[in-house]
Amino acid sequence: MGMTVVQKVLARATGRRMVGIGDVVEPAVDLAMSHENAALVINQFLEVYRGTGLEPKPWDPSKIAIIFDHRVPAESPKTATNQKKVREFVAAQGITKFHDIRGDVGGICHQVLPENGYVRPGHVVVGTDSHTTSHGALGAFAFGIGATEMASVWALGYAMNVEVPGTIKIEVTGSLPDFVSPKDLILQLVGKLGAGGAAFHVLEFHGEAIRAMPTSGRLTLCNMSVEAGATSGIVPADEETLRYLREEAGVTDDVEMMVPEPDAPYERVVQLDASRLEPQVACPHTVDNVRPVTSVAGTRVHQVVIGSCTNGRLDDIAIAARILKGKKVASGTRMIVFPASGRIYRQAVAAGYVSDLMQAGAVVMNAGCGPCLGVHQGALGDGEVALSTTNRNFKGRMGNPASEVYLCSPAVAAASAVTGVITDPRNGGAA
Amino acid sequence: MSRARVVLALDDDVSTDQIYPGRYMATVLPTETPQFAFADQTDFNALLRSGGVPAGSVVVAGKNFGCGSSREQAVSALKGHELVIVAKSFARIFLQNAINLGLKLVEVPDLVAAEGDDLAIGLTELTNLTSGRRFAVRPLPAARQAIMEAGGLIPYTRKRLVGRGAAV
Repeated sequence: MGMTVVQKVLARATGRRMVGIGDVVEPAVDLAMSHENAALVINQFLEVYRGTGLEPKPWDPSKIAIIFDHRVPAESPKTATNQKKVREFVAAQGITKFHDIRGDVGGICHQVLPENGYVRPGHVVVGTDSHTTSHGALGAFAFGIGATEMASVWALGYAMNVEVPGTIKIEVTGSLPDFVSPKDLILQLVGKLGAGGAAFHVLEFHGEAIRAMPTSGRLTLCNMSVEAGATSGIVPADEETLRYLREEAGVTDDVEMMVPEPDAPYERVVQLDASRLEPQVACPHTVDNVRPVTSVAGTRVHQVVIGSCTNGRLDDIAIAARILKGKKVASGTRMIVFPASGRIYRQAVAAGYVSDLMQAGAVVMNAGCGPCLGVHQGALGDGEVALSTTNRNFKGRMGNPASEVYLCSPAVAAASAVTGVITDPRNGGAA
Repeated sequence: MSRARVVLALDDDVSTDQIYPGRYMATVLPTETPQFAFADQTDFNALLRSGGVPAGSVVVAGKNFGCGSSREQAVSALKGHELVIVAKSFARIFLQNAINLGLKLVEVPDLVAAEGDDLAIGLTELTNLTSGRRFAVRPLPAARQAIMEAGGLIPYTRKRLVGRGAAV
């Protein structure tokens, strides 16, 4: 019996020839990522060393990445003080993969890591963020952990008690129609699997629609794999992975492609046909409450949000600009755009997208997580409805339990901003 | 065997946003997070804060409890009130965080229980004393039990670290 990609990654990370599904292993970590919650990781890290007489030193500062994105610029003195504490720790420990609140190198962790070439095929990536699954887009095994577990990784350099997960193969044939995107594909899949349908499993993506998909779209797929409960999503490395690493991430050293063996054991195979896919919307208040856009078209929208680790990349902003150019955001609807990184923001400025969006009436904010997690930069009023390209619509997610959040692709969001109601982008802007 | 009353009964797919809303994430200290447990369920939150819920009281839920964000505050907030969570199943990161911090979880795949029921929780079996029904408890994987027995991940890691230090 062969091995899935994740089995191969874990075999290598544990120095074994092979690992079986269900084995409990302690893989060496290639990259350990945190955001603002590094403040909590630091507390727990110091606690690990308490009473040992040992000096608290991370195992390898070059393998730790810290990116401020959840609350940028700080929304409160408490956050600012936490960020200050993290900066002091970063300086004292010599952590170089640190991305502060900056327009040159800042952004959302799940964009900053790939665009800087920090993630490679075959890596073990852990992050104190559930959407760490994103990095499977580059052929890595990437999964979310808690702050205490990260403190343990910082101390030891490996993750403890990782059960080798079983894999569900997702085979996507055909090609995506116009105005239908990877977001629609993953929404449909989450709806099909259910919120816990892939729990403790990995989703491994295959098929011609995946091979033809740029890394930006693969990041969207892997990002939202966790919404079906998956430990991770993964796209086996291919020519596109190599292209992205060389051309966009500036990687010049050797890249090892790690692909599944032909007789890898898949627990099941889910087949999807991209060419028959319609734009999808996840309705309140669960991500798996997914329907075709046509069945919710006409729903009044007060705030449209484009951005986040799911859909704040250049092609997401490009399609929104294409739809909104020369048009206006409907009166009574606000539109807020959050590029996923400073680099993407500058690219969107250079391409004229930011100007098109602003002239249409959108507000373009700094790169960061924005209102996705309900902290700042776009709270909703009682009874208001948001239509958002983010990844979660739980009750109260955007900060107000008396509001509703629908999730969709950038094309659906942009078309709906023009009409003020949920709109099928394939209709040329008619609601 | 421990006996406890169900103080809150929840459905499937309870997210960590429901357990601990994102707007309180700048609060990280386990001494401070409990005030925001189930903050958007204002009645239950008020009951918790008033001290009206005895230690060891049970929250029951359906499948995939703790889905969503990896925020550890969702665990420290519940642990601060010494709640026991009995669910049909748990989401992966929440389960791991609970074990790491020592929040008591009991997985009972066929659970039927309602608010106000009294439960007797054993290692292999849970009895709903109100309905008289008995349910099998699914044990935690052995590797995770080792962390529980060590008192959580911090002492477990500390032991490794000291052991390694001695070997060098």
